[in-house]
Amino acid sequence: MPWTPKILALVCTYCTYTAADMAGSARMQYPANVRIVKYLCTGRVDILHILKAFEAGADGVMVSGCEAGSCHFLEGNLRARERVEYAQQLLEEVGLGRDRLQMYEIAASDAPKWVAAVKEMTDRIKKMGPALHPAPPPNPLLEGIGGEGVGEGVRACGP
Amino acid sequence: MIIAERKPFKEVEELLAPYNKILIVGCGTCVAVCLAGGEKEVGLLASQLKLAAGLKHRRVEIGEITVERQCDLEFLEPLCDFVADYDAILSLACGAGVQFLAHICHFKPVFAGVNTTFIGVNNAVGYYTERCRACHHCYLGITGGICPVTMCPKGLLNGPCGGTLKGKCEVDPQKDCAWAKIYQRLELENRLHKLEEILPLHPHARTTTPGTVIHPAYQRRYGVHE
Repeated sequence: MPWTPKILALVCTYCTYTAADMAGSARMQYPANVRIVKYLCTGRVDILHILKAFEAGADGVMVSGCEAGSCHFLEGNLRARERVEYAQQLLEEVGLGRDRLQMYEIAASDAPKWVAAVKEMTDRIKKMGPALHPAPPPNPLLEGIGGEGVGEGVRACGP
Repeated sequence: MIIAERKPFKEVEELLAPYNKILIVGCGTCVAVCLAGGEKEVGLLASQLKLAAGLKHRRVEIGEITVERQCDLEFLEPLCDFVADYDAILSLACGAGVQFLAHICHFKPVFAGVNTTFIGVNNAVGYYTERCRACHHCYLGITGGICPVTMCPKGLLNGPCGGTLKGKCEVDPQKDCAWAKIYQRLELENRLHKLEEILPLHPHARTTTPGTVIHPAYQRRYGVHE
């Protein structure tokens, strides 16, 4: 079974979750290896949640909230951004690399941006490889089976 | 309160490299407020150590516990039984807490996870400044609540020095001159005449370390006689 990245998306219910929901309703296609955790506000996202996700086997984590200035709770997304930046430092120290964690700002009406964000994150993590368990060396016998593109093109049936 | 900063992760990782069963002990008082060694920081460091070990194909067992105050025997003593299962202990308390823990658990290697920085105040979340050097003799009553020992880089008791310029300090022109602030404050309080008194030399002899204080009510208990 070829490796596909496991990506956890910690999203705000007011903006990004709504955008993801809309992407599902509109039958927009994006990689199916993202699992969504819905928060009331990204201000609730804790650095521990992010690190525990990696401990539990996630290869990448994306935090996505409202656009700056439009947080339902005024500044939850700004706090989330500060925490994500700090968590990126912690991941860098550990040796996982800061690029495995990314903050996005996606408005409720912006389903295409959600799709683009998921695609971008998936491509990035695919290039980086598994977080904790490096991928085995390529087996020439298996070349051409699976590999790139696996997991893509799966229809999103709602988040 | 006591302010501390987390040690660089690499330093902690190298200290703990020989051990596979590690107990991280947090402290729920000062270092928890300054976000360096409380329950959450214990969790973050444990998580970081596990991830770093995972990347090296090592498996470490990490215990997490946070006590109310590591500088207090009452809270520290119950840990004695708990530490038996671990190879090493990493304390996230201030220097006092780490030493007390090392004293109690003398049979286990104890490491410090934070650098104790100073006695200071919590201006806002994440922003701390020094206010006290624990110098054994407090002048705040006669200097308008501004400490000359701490706030003046030279610790002058009869300032300002010749380096003060437009109310700023010559050591760091970004900072206010402590003695200029003291003057302004005493002027507001109509107590400028206090500055005419020359303060005697600071009793440096009393600051010889390590200091001991025994409350007068408990002198008999601890064998202190006149």
